[in-house]
Amino acid sequence: MAAPIKVFGPAMSTATARVLACLLESQLQFDLVPVDMSKGQHKKPEFLGIQPFGQVPAFQDEHISLFESRAICRYIVDKYTEKGKRGLLGMETLERASIEQWLEAESQSFNPPSSALVFQLAFAPRMKLKQDPNLIAQNEAKLSKVLDVYEQRLGDSRFLAGDEFTLADLSHLPNAQYLINATDRAALFTSRKNVNRWWEEISGRTSWKKVVEMQQTPLPSSSST
Amino acid sequence: MAVKVYGAAYASCARRVLACLIEKGVDFEIIPVDLLSGEQKKPEFLKLQPFGMVPVIQDGDFTLYESRAIIRCYAQKYADQGTDLLGKTLEERATVEQWLEVEGQNFNPHIYTLVLQLLYFPKMGVPQDEKLIRESEEKLGKVLDVYEERLSKSKYLGGDFFSLADLTHLPFTQYLVNDIGKEYLIKHREHVKRWWEDISNRPSWKKVLQL
Repeated sequence: MAAPIKVFGPAMSTATARVLACLLESQLQFDLVPVDMSKGQHKKPEFLGIQPFGQVPAFQDEHISLFESRAICRYIVDKYTEKGKRGLLGMETLERASIEQWLEAESQSFNPPSSALVFQLAFAPRMKLKQDPNLIAQNEAKLSKVLDVYEQRLGDSRFLAGDEFTLADLSHLPNAQYLINATDRAALFTSRKNVNRWWEEISGRTSWKKVVEMQQTPLPSSSST
Repeated sequence: MAVKVYGAAYASCARRVLACLIEKGVDFEIIPVDLLSGEQKKPEFLKLQPFGMVPVIQDGDFTLYESRAIIRCYAQKYADQGTDLLGKTLEERATVEQWLEVEGQNFNPHIYTLVLQLLYFPKMGVPQDEKLIRESEEKLGKVLDVYEERLSKSKYLGGDFFSLADLTHLPFTQYLVNDIGKEYLIKHREHVKRWWEDISNRPSWKKVLQL
């Protein structure tokens, strides 16, 4: 029987990987439906029907269709966290608010410069696109300032929102993975003692290792059925 | 005890928070932060908000920053009073969250660039980047085409009720429509125009503009 949960997107997409990490942390079964972005599949009418901005991922559960990786993650946690258990969004309003604060910090302060660097340094070369040195320099400077704040925070706190691993930490995994492992800018993270300690811990989680494995698994060729 | 909102009443991200607090009937006090003199980058302020940005709130001994986190917190904390801004079911909330993320990821970057370039740079004597303005306008237009389709089928972004998903758009769209001469982006789209007129005429928004 097909899993009710479907994720549409390539595992190598950072936003898709964010959702996969959340599903694996939550130990949920799901089907990953590939979307071939190199062939423009994400801009075709069938895909636009489930994601009108033509972006990955899209997500379906029994009664709902969603997009935006961070909204999908919130839904997964709200729907599937066992009652009385501490899930990735904490147990009550104020705890959740602190997690949301760091999730927004990721979304608004960490994501823009780190995404730009991932594209410029990890993807553009593969896609044979010209890199923009100005953009690289600007975003490296921005990301450094953000990571300075993280360094201070992670000197006082094991994880971003407190003593527990939460959605706020998880949300950083995809971009950081590429920067540290697929570019020569790993030092942005590894040279900062507390950030490095945090990175080792969150990227060492079984669920994240599985996502990385999925990213490295080649898709079956179209000639097989 | 009133929630302290550190920021400026004219600043967009503070307005996002103020609109929410008014909708929920939560008392607040604005503690001005002198952005022009760089108060937000000074050590005292950095203790409250280490990224040096406004707004930040203090509610008793609880401190919180990031306007979209603040509005989620108060919408949930006061779920049983004022306007329902999150929906009644898990699925309704998920749809609200989806469009709240769309605002943060797809709408905000382009509208923020336009407001910075067209409203703030002239005041600061910083030269404008014509190419960037054109590109941002085009990209924002494409995003609004998707909104037009959505709002042709749904009264509000999150569903048939006003929610955080709509509220979060108020501050920057106010500038777009009234201060930088780009109101056509909203007014030439029938359903977006209808939606903007509805949400910007809410008493809470009018109150925010008078603060």
